[in-house]
Amino acid sequence: MSQPGGVLGDALLVARKDLLLERRAKIGIGQVLPFAILVLLLFAFALDPDRGILKLATPGLFWVTVLFSAVLTLQRSFALEAEDGILEALRLSGMSPAGIYLGKVTALTIELLLLEAVLVLGVAVLYDTKFLGIPLLFAIALLATLGIAGAGAVYGALAARLRSRETLLPLLLLPLLAPVLIAATRGCEVSLEREAMSGWPWAALLGIFALVYLTLGSFLFRPLLEDA
Amino acid sequence: MTTTKIQSASTVSPAPTGTGSRGTKVLGGFALVFLAIAVVYGLFISPPDAQLGNTIRIIYMHVPTVMAAYLAFIITAVSSGMYLWKRTEFWDLLGSSAAEIGVLFFAVTIVDGALWGKVTWGVFWRWEPRLTTSAVLLIMYIGYLAVRAIPADPRTRATRCAIIGIVAIVNVPIVHKAVDWWRGLHQGKTVLGTIDPEMGGTQLFAMYSSLIAGLLVCVWLLIHRFRAGFLAERASDLGLDQALEERRLESSPATGEDA
Repeated sequence: MSQPGGVLGDALLVARKDLLLERRAKIGIGQVLPFAILVLLLFAFALDPDRGILKLATPGLFWVTVLFSAVLTLQRSFALEAEDGILEALRLSGMSPAGIYLGKVTALTIELLLLEAVLVLGVAVLYDTKFLGIPLLFAIALLATLGIAGAGAVYGALAARLRSRETLLPLLLLPLLAPVLIAATRGCEVSLEREAMSGWPWAALLGIFALVYLTLGSFLFRPLLEDA
Repeated sequence: MTTTKIQSASTVSPAPTGTGSRGTKVLGGFALVFLAIAVVYGLFISPPDAQLGNTIRIIYMHVPTVMAAYLAFIITAVSSGMYLWKRTEFWDLLGSSAAEIGVLFFAVTIVDGALWGKVTWGVFWRWEPRLTTSAVLLIMYIGYLAVRAIPADPRTRATRCAIIGIVAIVNVPIVHKAVDWWRGLHQGKTVLGTIDPEMGGTQLFAMYSSLIAGLLVCVWLLIHRFRAGFLAERASDLGLDQALEERRLESSPATGEDA
């Protein structure tokens, strides 16, 4: 079925295509990133920065911002495929569905990690956050983003061809990502040393979530491409 | 295509006109009997609990509704998997019917859980692991029903729903673990939703009769919902056949004249 490159070759091909498109269209940098920074500002307006609430809630606000931005990034990523019957073309291309799925996930993960890197700077400047426990922070960011992209790609592809996709995708995806929000927020709080408990169990939970959804997505992408 | 034609052709002559049958009537009768027993024992005969007082009577309702909801969601998950494997209308209809019943029972569970909370804790809502997991789960399945409601080709719609049914159930233990740890830092578990092993005779009887009543009502509703869904599909097939027939009748004299 698949080309000589196999699943990984297909994944790299799709990921390269998506990243190239993003580099040329600059939707992430031009629209999603400014939106994310805007959300950081809005949180500051809603929660008075002088009373310390903002500082206390920083990890949670950061991850909520990431989730909202992820929804936009996903919508963009799959709107590309839904136009002009490209999903059908992908299906007929002979590439393995798992390869296409993993390619989309790879591109999404890279885009979201870059967005998070800029947001971390934004949080450091706007909310005056000091970062400690850097290895844990890195592990949590990577695993949480993989989980978001892994689960998001399944629902992104599912919603892509629906007319009500803009309203449906957040309704489907955000409850699914509730454990990611909880684990990433708590893990970050530990790494910012607000909680005495070690943060690695949270990283492990994020890892399990990512692993489960990457496996599930690799299997479900075939019926998703063929019928949904 | 051929299967739908065969099915629609076979249902045209002896088409079932309702969702009831001898079996469902018997099942419904049993459900009513157990409901009556549960009401009499749960509200009147059984004594108040040593610790929970009269609020235990809410738990007689809470446990059956949550059990029925979980049963329905498990049926949805199994049907979703079976649909992706077998691709038959049966599994699609069973899965979506069960999801609807599950959402209904889950909404009731959350409401009676919140009422119990108001009496016991003084507040309707506490970020207790089970309540929180239930809220997240309810919204996930509302998403399932939202996708189900979008008109589409039956195979497409069934595949979408099956994928959501599988993805959602896999998330249940992860959500529960996350919420458990999250709240575990602040408070211990509560007894809401568990059967106390030290429960006395009439209390235990009230609990089990209401549990049986809840599960019977769930199965009874599920069978009716499944049959209603099946009839709806046949009706839409019939509508399509009629429309095709009308177009054919319109075109046949016209082709003669215009040609």
